[in-house]
Amino acid sequence: MSGRLERRAAMAMLLEDRADDLLVVPGLGSTTYDLAAAGDDPKNFYLWGAMGGAAMIGLGLALAQPQKRVAVITGDGEMLMGMGALATIGIQKPANLAIVVFDNGVYGETGMQPSHTQSGVDLVGVARGCGIATCLEVADAAGLRDLGQRLKRLRETLFARVLIEANEPPRVLPERDGTVLKQRFRAALGVKA
Amino acid sequence: MNVQVTDWPDKLFATLKRAGIAQVGYVPDAGHSRLIERCRADAGIRDVVLTTEEEGVALAAGAWLGGERAALLMQSSGLGNCINMFSLARSCRFPLLMIITMRGEWEEFNPWQVPMGSIVDPVLKLCEAEVYRVTRPEEVEGAAERAVQHVFGDERIGAIILSQQLIGKKVWVK
Repeated sequence: MSGRLERRAAMAMLLEDRADDLLVVPGLGSTTYDLAAAGDDPKNFYLWGAMGGAAMIGLGLALAQPQKRVAVITGDGEMLMGMGALATIGIQKPANLAIVVFDNGVYGETGMQPSHTQSGVDLVGVARGCGIATCLEVADAAGLRDLGQRLKRLRETLFARVLIEANEPPRVLPERDGTVLKQRFRAALGVKA
Repeated sequence: MNVQVTDWPDKLFATLKRAGIAQVGYVPDAGHSRLIERCRADAGIRDVVLTTEEEGVALAAGAWLGGERAALLMQSSGLGNCINMFSLARSCRFPLLMIITMRGEWEEFNPWQVPMGSIVDPVLKLCEAEVYRVTRPEEVEGAAERAVQHVFGDERIGAIILSQQLIGKKVWVK
């Protein structure tokens, strides 16, 4: 598909010169592999399941860590499954939370079946309708660079849909023991019970 | 109503405060109305109204990642909405404290509440949750304290079940 961004390059560009206070929660499947490919970091909380839960994990984390910035970077299928979270986030309005959807219009993990976004469901419109302050469409490298800069200094809740090419690069598989991922994340933040 | 019957939500609230709960996710529920009201009025608690209960399972995981404790309030019908999302808590050993009001078990007018209400205990058991069932007001505080200790001390799932007998029946026609 022409005019769409390649997912690995898009993730790398978003996280270029990643700030030390940026916490990242990807969705299960492709965005978890993209994040791992961009470079492992204890402040990544990879998901291997919990489909529909990424944005809400981001909300709980953003509320608990108001001095840090949280980026949920997930796929269109994962976002569609938990779309109610946008309504919940829309009324909480955490200033330090960004929800970024890599929208390739297909369910890549299960064989490229079309998702609702391919048939006209407009996630940016949904986010705007839920009262999220900044809602962006990102369709080129300049837009991605701008989004990367915004992630470094979030001041209000942000939603961005990034138009992603429907390809499937070789998988890069991060740690999948959930307790390890949890403990190293908390250790990196220095939080205790 | 006498004081003994109605003060258990305040005791639950006091337990949540002692436990340092900072985020409370909930789907509005009549049985939890007093507790929700107390949470909403407390400056130290972030109340997060949810569109569906499974959002609260993910919220609590995020809170713990960030060093905060959360609780999730729901009605028994909401438990079924959470089942797949429990895999997040189970795979990562996230503490998950749920307070569940029962429907469909005692003087229930609405038969549609029975199918989910009747399977709450086995569902929780299958999901590796420790169950603290309460039927009398004087049992509430002790059960809540034990649940808090288990959930946050051992990073496990715990459910305080407030029976319909405790809550009283819903009045349909006034």
